[in-house]
Amino acid sequence: MNFNTEKPIYLQIVDVICDRILSGELKGGDRIPSVREYGADIGVNPNTMMRSYEKLTADGIIFNKRGIGYFLADDARETVLAAQRKDFIERDVPAIRQRMKLLGLNSSVFDEK
Amino acid sequence: MIEISNLGFSYGPLAVLKNISLKASEGNIYGLLGENGVGKTTLLTLLCGLKKPQEGSITVDGRNPFGREPSLLADQFYLPDEVTPVHASALSFAKEHGVFWPHFELDKFETILSEFEVALEQKMDAMSAGQLKKTWIAFALACNAKYYYLDEPTNGLDIPSKAQFRKAVTKYTSEDSTLIISTHQVRDLENIIDPIIILDNKEVLVNATMEEISAKLFFDYGTELKPGALYLEQTPGGCIQVYPNTTGEESKVNVEAFFNTVHAHKDVIKAMFNL
Repeated sequence: MNFNTEKPIYLQIVDVICDRILSGELKGGDRIPSVREYGADIGVNPNTMMRSYEKLTADGIIFNKRGIGYFLADDARETVLAAQRKDFIERDVPAIRQRMKLLGLNSSVFDEK
Repeated sequence: MIEISNLGFSYGPLAVLKNISLKASEGNIYGLLGENGVGKTTLLTLLCGLKKPQEGSITVDGRNPFGREPSLLADQFYLPDEVTPVHASALSFAKEHGVFWPHFELDKFETILSEFEVALEQKMDAMSAGQLKKTWIAFALACNAKYYYLDEPTNGLDIPSKAQFRKAVTKYTSEDSTLIISTHQVRDLENIIDPIIILDNKEVLVNATMEEISAKLFFDYGTELKPGALYLEQTPGGCIQVYPNTTGEESKVNVEAFFNTVHAHKDVIKAMFNL
């Protein structure tokens, strides 16, 4: 797995899992691989993987069934969607607006061609 | 648990390690970094009991490695940088030597070797350097040891094998095993090593987890130059700047830049990481 250079790796892994939830590849109730399995699949340290799972757990996207493993919350998709919409509006939109201003573009660039 | 206290070792008049103290806890994959000649290999050979500490002590689960108790030897594996081209096939070597490790699994050796694309029947003294290294790595992991001391394990590995190595060290070691991997191939291994130990002339500069490093230092990959950066490196996409983390925002730790920052500001870093 190749990681970009900006964000901590554990957060990049969180983003990948969230994208897989949004795309429908992972669904509410699905079991996800253990920390070590997932870490081995993508070649990262188990500590890093554990931090990704801790973040996803804290955000209510996955939960741990003791002795069985990690599962996606039933409302995982809604949770991810709400968080990412908020993030898009608060972070991406202002950045796009600033860039458009710099390049002298208006909202017509969004019109379907 | 590995505990090293006030360890000292010299080769004749040449002092290599002096007053080294370090703890390594279970379930971690440590990256042991340091410039050429600072004593990484010496430290690994002391840890596995090949050398005797001249000052201070080492204990591994309370036992002295130089005592070479069979119960400890059965729990550890030291893989040197240069491995022996045994005059035997990979399979017969593994069968003959696996018996010394009570948890050795021949199936596991065969599985890992086939993932590494090395033939079981191939004679080890007729292998390329990379194939030989892969055979030894497969053998090491199949021993199911609790302590692994790996000296430059990715040296000589081709591009696909490096990725397979990263996967194998997590997949084929158990949760309570401790690995200490010395390496200069930081880019090969930076996603797999955590915590990071940096050894310098006769002392340990840092022993910290990636989480601790990113809490204390910020790695900026932007193009805007910041005053007060401890380290600056130009890259094709802009630059990497390292400065004290004052906002609490986390960034991706670039281990090479971290190493260079530590070397440029030893005292600042030591104070920052409370050593």
